[in-house]
Amino acid sequence: MAAGLDAVVVEGTAARPANLWRDTAANILRQRNAIVGLTILVILVLVALFADQLAQWAPDTVLLDKEDGVRKLMPPCVHALGCAPTVPEHFLGTDTNVRDVWSRVIHGARISLQIGFITVGFAIVLGSVIGAVSGFVGRWVDNVVMRFMDVILAFPALLLAILIVTVLGSGIVNAQLAIGIVAIPVYARIMRASVLSVKGQDYVTATRALGASEPSILLRRVIPNALTPIVVAGTLDIGGAVLNVAALSFLGIGAQPPLAEWGSMIGLERGQLFNAPWLIFAPGIALAFTVFGFNLLGDGLRDALDPRLNR
Amino acid sequence: MIQFIARRLVLSLPVLFGIVFVVFVAARVLPGDPCRAQLGERATAAICLDFNHRNGYDRPIVEQFTTYLGNVATGNLGASTKTSLPVTQLLAERLPVTLELTFYALIFAIGVGVPLGVLSAYKRNSFIDVATMAIANLGVSIPIFVLGLILAYVFAILLKGTPISLPPSGRLTSGVTAPMLVEIWGLTTLQGPPRAIIDFLSRMYTVNGILSLRLDLFLDALRHLILPAIALGTIPLAIIARITRSSLLEVLGLDYVRTARAKGLRERSVVIRHGLRNAILPVVTIVGLQLGGLLAGAVLTETIFNLAGVGRAVYDAITGRDFAVIQGFVLVTAAFYLLVNLLVDVSYAVLDPRVRA
Repeated sequence: MAAGLDAVVVEGTAARPANLWRDTAANILRQRNAIVGLTILVILVLVALFADQLAQWAPDTVLLDKEDGVRKLMPPCVHALGCAPTVPEHFLGTDTNVRDVWSRVIHGARISLQIGFITVGFAIVLGSVIGAVSGFVGRWVDNVVMRFMDVILAFPALLLAILIVTVLGSGIVNAQLAIGIVAIPVYARIMRASVLSVKGQDYVTATRALGASEPSILLRRVIPNALTPIVVAGTLDIGGAVLNVAALSFLGIGAQPPLAEWGSMIGLERGQLFNAPWLIFAPGIALAFTVFGFNLLGDGLRDALDPRLNR
Repeated sequence: MIQFIARRLVLSLPVLFGIVFVVFVAARVLPGDPCRAQLGERATAAICLDFNHRNGYDRPIVEQFTTYLGNVATGNLGASTKTSLPVTQLLAERLPVTLELTFYALIFAIGVGVPLGVLSAYKRNSFIDVATMAIANLGVSIPIFVLGLILAYVFAILLKGTPISLPPSGRLTSGVTAPMLVEIWGLTTLQGPPRAIIDFLSRMYTVNGILSLRLDLFLDALRHLILPAIALGTIPLAIIARITRSSLLEVLGLDYVRTARAKGLRERSVVIRHGLRNAILPVVTIVGLQLGGLLAGAVLTETIFNLAGVGRAVYDAITGRDFAVIQGFVLVTAAFYLLVNLLVDVSYAVLDPRVRA
């Protein structure tokens, strides 16, 4: 709370009136990490949006009858870089099923971005609701719910996710669900803490005295207070979620073939490491690049939005 | 102190109970029909009836849970659906491999991570600092399985024939054997817990090498562990480096550090003796928290490097739909993780007397 008061005082002395959104945006733009992360993500979003234009083929197309001279496991070939013009051009070669790896990696951006946002979005929504209810209702409900969250946190995330997916059945949806469930406690805790810190404040009592309903207090007083830490945790989490879903896919219980998901591409072609390494490296680098972008942005956001770090 | 440990121990009991409960729910309630989940879609009704009866799945759910609880408490984690071997036996055989791998991964993560973090804080905002933190950021972003495969490619293929080439799979070069220690020591008649402990140690080949005084075995086992340990340890390394840096920077801004500087102490002595000592607490927590991730990561690492640990067993169990093994491993790992966090709390109390209050 002391930090909040300081902020008010500092803002009050500023020449022009403080604007939360403008200040935040300015803060974010001052962070080198955030800029780099944001750039990476913008590139990824553009790639995802224009995947059909960037890719030469649809991701699942088997090229065997569609192109002359194409074989499986062809090494990368770019004509402009001196690859013989008689060889069909495949920027990142072809895979075991004679599909164009470049097209698959490009389309993978679409899938991985979706995975990241959906998984974390699911966890945020569910976690926030659980945390808000738990904090608002209090007493034994709070106790039971939060102890259950502790139990979920007591598992290494990837392992609990493996357990959940083996039970629910393999598939990209279940993998996302599992990773989402595992992430719920983090948001529940943030939301609950925020509810508790606000619940007893005078201005909330005043709002209530003015006749505001409980949902409206939750929406207008509690959630804005919790938003910053949730957004920061969420952004930092997206990278991890993409990573974990990819790990499940790598193990064969996430995305199923022929879906062009990076983790499953690596898992399926793992045996080709020594004779066709591009099959591993191309999706692998794409995956690392994506996670790197989210992590940088998350770090930058945290530094920009955490008032304690504004020294 | 003892009171503190006792209180923490009691507090972790409900969580342990919860862990068992969650694994039980996952095992018995969620799949709807455990028979078809384990035997496959084509199992007939008659087979399922018999299967459910044999495994007690037709009993009331509360009774099933108490039975399960009793089994777990007595160390019975069920039997593998594929091999019919007890899961406990599988874990006892495979766990040494995983623990050995985890140990070296952790040594790598701490041994490189802490100095990197200190260096980064010491040379704050220098090129070294920026580069170290960029690498740390990259380190947490590379999936274990991608890093593992890249390492295998570089050290086993590109560097083949050079002195620093490293084996990409397995635990020992063919020809090198690691006989059980009881055989070497002539203790084959030994039974019970001492035997179990010696066997456990025998299966950690580097330990086996040391205890049987065989340098060749130790070095060969170590060579096989380098790549997996790096692959597994990189994410914790990056996290440890970051925490060390930020924690140290925070401490270095405190008054007593200024006093130490004012006394005319050398900067290195200020950072290491005064700074690091007080900055190490958050690092200890993080190391504890990373252990869970390391055990989960072992599933990926052991799969890539073909190490016959529990991680690999879980991978095989996933592909073979062997639920008992997965549940057993998840349960044991979560319990182990809980224990580690307890130890972290205790180490906190040892390092910082204020916590004991």
